[in-house]
Amino acid sequence: MTDDLSAVFSLVSMAVLFGSALGYAAVKFATDDDPIADQVDALLPQTQCGQCGHPGCRPYAEAVANDEDEINKCIPGGEDTIHAMADLLGKDFIPLDAEESDVVDVPMVAYIREDECIGCTKCIQACPMDAILGAAKQMHTVIVDECTGCDLCVEPCPVDCIDIIPEKVTHTTWAWPQPDGVGITPGQLIPVRNIA
Amino acid sequence: MSRQIWDIPGGIHPAQNKIQSLQTEITRADIPAELVIPTQQHIGAPAKPCVEVGDKVLKGQVIAEGNGFVSLPVHAPTSGEVIAIESRPIQHPSQIDGVCIVLKPDSNDTWGARHPIDNYQSLERNDVIDAIRNAGIAGMGGAGFPSAIKLGIKPGTKIEQLILNSVECEPYITADDKLIQERADEIIAGLEIMQWLVNPQETLIGIEDNKPDAIAAFKKATANNNIEVVVVPTKYPSGGEKQLIYMLTGKEVSSGGLPSDVGVICQNTGTAYAINRAIHHGEPLVSRITTVTGDAVKHKGNYEVLLGTPVDALLAQAGADMSAASRLIMGGPMMGFSIHDASVPVVKVTNCLLAPTTEEIPVPAQEQACIRCGSCAQVCPAGLLPQQLYWFSKSNELEKAEHFNLADCIECGACSFVCPSNIPLVQYFRFGKGQIRKHKSETIKADHARERFEFRQARLEKEEREKEQKRKARAEAAAKKQAAKKAAALANPPSDASGSPTTPGTDDVADTASNATKLKSAWASATKRWKDAEKALTIAEKNGSDQLEAFQKKVDQLKAKAEKTKALYEDAKTSAASTSPSSPSASPSPAVAPVSNDPMVQLKQASADNFKAWKDAQKKTQEAEANSADNLEALREEEATLKAKSDASKAAMKEARAKEKEAMQAKKATEDPTKQLKLDAAIARTKAKKALKALNSLDDDHASHAALKAAYEKALATADNADAALKAAEEA
Amino acid sequence: MSVLHVTSPHVRKPMTTNAVMRHVIYGTIPGLAVLTLLFGWGTLINVVFGSLVAVAAEALVLRLRNRPILFSIKDGSAILTAVLLALAIPPTSPWWITVVGILFAIVIAKQLYGGLGSNPFNPAMIGYVLLLISFPLEMTTWIPANLTEGVAASPSFSQSLALIFGSVDRTVIDGITMATPLDTFKTYAGNDLDMLRSASVLQGSIAGVGWEWVNIAFLVGGLYLVARKIITWHIPVAMVTSLFLLAGLFYIIDPDSYADPIFHVLGGGTMLGAFFIATDPVTAATSNKGKLIYGALIGLLIYVIRAWGGYPDAVAFAVLLLNLCAPTIEYYTQPRAYGHKKANSGIAKS
Repeated sequence: MTDDLSAVFSLVSMAVLFGSALGYAAVKFATDDDPIADQVDALLPQTQCGQCGHPGCRPYAEAVANDEDEINKCIPGGEDTIHAMADLLGKDFIPLDAEESDVVDVPMVAYIREDECIGCTKCIQACPMDAILGAAKQMHTVIVDECTGCDLCVEPCPVDCIDIIPEKVTHTTWAWPQPDGVGITPGQLIPVRNIA
Repeated sequence: MSRQIWDIPGGIHPAQNKIQSLQTEITRADIPAELVIPTQQHIGAPAKPCVEVGDKVLKGQVIAEGNGFVSLPVHAPTSGEVIAIESRPIQHPSQIDGVCIVLKPDSNDTWGARHPIDNYQSLERNDVIDAIRNAGIAGMGGAGFPSAIKLGIKPGTKIEQLILNSVECEPYITADDKLIQERADEIIAGLEIMQWLVNPQETLIGIEDNKPDAIAAFKKATANNNIEVVVVPTKYPSGGEKQLIYMLTGKEVSSGGLPSDVGVICQNTGTAYAINRAIHHGEPLVSRITTVTGDAVKHKGNYEVLLGTPVDALLAQAGADMSAASRLIMGGPMMGFSIHDASVPVVKVTNCLLAPTTEEIPVPAQEQACIRCGSCAQVCPAGLLPQQLYWFSKSNELEKAEHFNLADCIECGACSFVCPSNIPLVQYFRFGKGQIRKHKSETIKADHARERFEFRQARLEKEEREKEQKRKARAEAAAKKQAAKKAAALANPPSDASGSPTTPGTDDVADTASNATKLKSAWASATKRWKDAEKALTIAEKNGSDQLEAFQKKVDQLKAKAEKTKALYEDAKTSAASTSPSSPSASPSPAVAPVSNDPMVQLKQASADNFKAWKDAQKKTQEAEANSADNLEALREEEATLKAKSDASKAAMKEARAKEKEAMQAKKATEDPTKQLKLDAAIARTKAKKALKALNSLDDDHASHAALKAAYEKALATADNADAALKAAEEA
Repeated sequence: MSVLHVTSPHVRKPMTTNAVMRHVIYGTIPGLAVLTLLFGWGTLINVVFGSLVAVAAEALVLRLRNRPILFSIKDGSAILTAVLLALAIPPTSPWWITVVGILFAIVIAKQLYGGLGSNPFNPAMIGYVLLLISFPLEMTTWIPANLTEGVAASPSFSQSLALIFGSVDRTVIDGITMATPLDTFKTYAGNDLDMLRSASVLQGSIAGVGWEWVNIAFLVGGLYLVARKIITWHIPVAMVTSLFLLAGLFYIIDPDSYADPIFHVLGGGTMLGAFFIATDPVTAATSNKGKLIYGALIGLLIYVIRAWGGYPDAVAFAVLLLNLCAPTIEYYTQPRAYGHKKANSGIAKS
């Protein structure tokens, strides 16, 4: 009988002890991190393209944070973003939910064929970035630095004068490629002419 | 001279191969058939061409102007005619062409106006620095950083050492060596100008002990001044700026910092020479000494080359047999870049052209697996662990690579040199650095995009809100009108009241129309979600998922929702259609109202009119009294009537005003109070967030930290209050 | 005609991975020679036989993994593994011991982890430990060196062949085997000093009959590697020093129970371990400070296991345990990079 009592007593006291310790720790070491949605939002490319089915990156981030949507919907972000979200949320990686033809891994930018533009301002209203400049009856143009290549201006254009083209690589944006790896001889042969 | 020399960690001893190009004097290279001058010759923004095709230019004339702080003007290397301004191949690892000004020399080599500064000490320092900038002088050893910026030290910075970098540790290159041997006095003259500019405590020349002739020349030239020649042991890469500074002073330039932060300025030999030419002779930088060497070259040696000379022209003059060359390297064998097109021009940083044969520099061997031998860490002059950086760069673990200080890699190539597995480590590091840079710029762009998007959202919301407020104001006006009509009816005979029937407001039409658009987009998005779900369902069916039922349920739900929104939209559309045609027919009707629609204004007007009439009548009566007119009685009577009328209208107005106030209060009470509160709460939250962000961006010790913190706390409190109020309102 | 477009640097030191492996194999020659002189041809036969097995096994796995076969075989790493394992096992062990050990080393410990450069553990030592645990009898039956009192000569070439390839009765071997010096010491030290003093394998020597010569030979080979800059001095020096100091400390405290430091340093597989096993670059720490810690800890573990553990020699266990710690040691011994006030340590926060 005393054994039973002592067992009960010790278990209960242990429960109280650990419980209070945990409770204390939870209060004392509480992390005041950003809410999950903010962290997810930070991982998204902010193209605001809506290809995920949400009206912008923030709503998608909220949907992901609340477990209302999968993490594989962000097409511009690609696999890197899925990996980053999987890491953040402790989920498994799932492949991108897109047709292969939809996926482009180079940064894109909108280009208005200015001769054809009729100045209807429809694309200006569609642009989530305010990256299109122009006024009614005036030719419009894209501010390349602000454009995220989201595609949203293409559809509203009544004369189809907007193209989404890959961003041009310049001396400043160019980066060294990764070497080919084990078993490969580095370098490439370049033809030259002999003028001597 | 017993100056202490600090030893850098690591380092290697590759075969020197310098003898070959030291056998001859510096030769003046021929003026080629055309000169190709890139507008971008160094770090910074490219220069802006200021000549046009067809222009005749003289030697030394500015043909492109500096564009920004880290940018320099470009000068015509010889006299001739500009024949093109176009994209041409230039030396860049990306193999992307750059804008070049193409000059057809007239073979006269006529100098334009030169303005030597005879007595620079009598000028302001800034003017001399400007002269150096205008001469287009950039660091002639490596990256080509504009020298004027290096020399333009921040006021208050004390420069302890001015160092002339004559180490030239790369194998094969002898351009500086030969220049020192032949023109040591001119270099020292340039160095003295810099000495005067930065006023250092001591001036040192760092030179490797494998250049006895150059050391002797320097010793002779510095015999009568306070410049000290410091001989350092031969070891690659002791010519790296940071490495040389450490060797001579024991000071380390902190990571990401500048040498001037530790009181040191380091300049290249060729730069000192160019500064001398610019100040004492008024000649801008239009030529440089370039070593042409390698076993495929017959006349190895140093050439004084006009900038813009195509590489193939120079090689042809030096008798290079291009069929024997295995590669073409601009720069030395350790850090030089292979040239992808032999027509690229010589630029300010081209200190060497190397055309080795296959026997001399064989084709690189196949890359093998890393055996973690650690040789790379033994030779790294920056104290890094190249092997770890290699693993991280290879597997794209950029955060770890950054943590292991990838940014401090100087790309000297010592690690690749010793790697037994022939791993192109430097390329892995360049790749890693590029990825980090790309990642950072993407993050910045995304943040920027988010900001813009949020701003746009806020703007749209504001517009919406303003519209809403206008609508409300109009509705209130209508209500007031009603009230005033009543009041007027009470106060005045019906004929006096000028109330007009309210039109079936165009507002309502707009309202229904915008409602319809909203519903349309809701319908569209619902349909999309439904379709998506359906797609997912088919996929799930195909894959035999066990959650088919759940999927099906979701699809049904979404479908129902889509249909509902569609129905709503259709309703809205029809209602919009039915309200809009009525508006044109309604619009002519309000023509009845002669003055204003606002009953309050009308009342006011009426009251004012009546008052005026009474006052007029009173005046007339008084006049009549004074003149003792006979119609005095009649006038008195009229005045009394008018006064009564005026008083009545005044009272009516007062009443109307009170009523209006009441109506407004009632309206406010009936309106949903939560909306405003919600808005307030949201605004307060945003303010708090902004304050927190500002707070976080500051260091703890910053002066305004406390103030910001207080602001943040206040904003937070406001937000909390607003939230509480909102909650209370919602509960109520 | 064309030129090569390639990243700098354009010149390279002529030392290659293949040459590194070759030089390490050269370094084992003195030790191999002494082992052959003292214990007969067995070790040499094992080395040759083991190398053939290793190359065959490597080729097979590379084929299965769809990797270039010749390119990887040429690097010589498989042969090196075989040589090291063959040097560590008794000269008279039957052929299947060698086969099992090498197959395990090459296939499991090396190739399944991704081949050269990717294996976390020293393959030769993994093979050795597997054999030691699975076949303790075969792995501990050493014939005494021919310098031992009462031992006439080591087995001849044909005798060694017969012993290894099993055409003689194993009981014959039992007749001529003896406990190794370390084993003998472990058995008698502290409890039966008379037996210890009279054990023939310990007579007239400083570290067991013949074993001091084996160790000195490996030391010579190791110094060759240091001189050729194939390995750095850090790991061997740290390991031998820590072993020597620890052994010295306990020898001073209780000379009857603990062997003297010279016995430890020149006994068993100390020098083979110090210069050839522990320095295997793939599995060791790489920074200089890390190497010192790594080597010292191996020395410590060797002493602990030899003095108080269940096995007479401990090089393999000590090395494997420290292989496990190498990445951690690495993280906390990063050198200070130029321009930084203090060295990084730990891993990046993610």
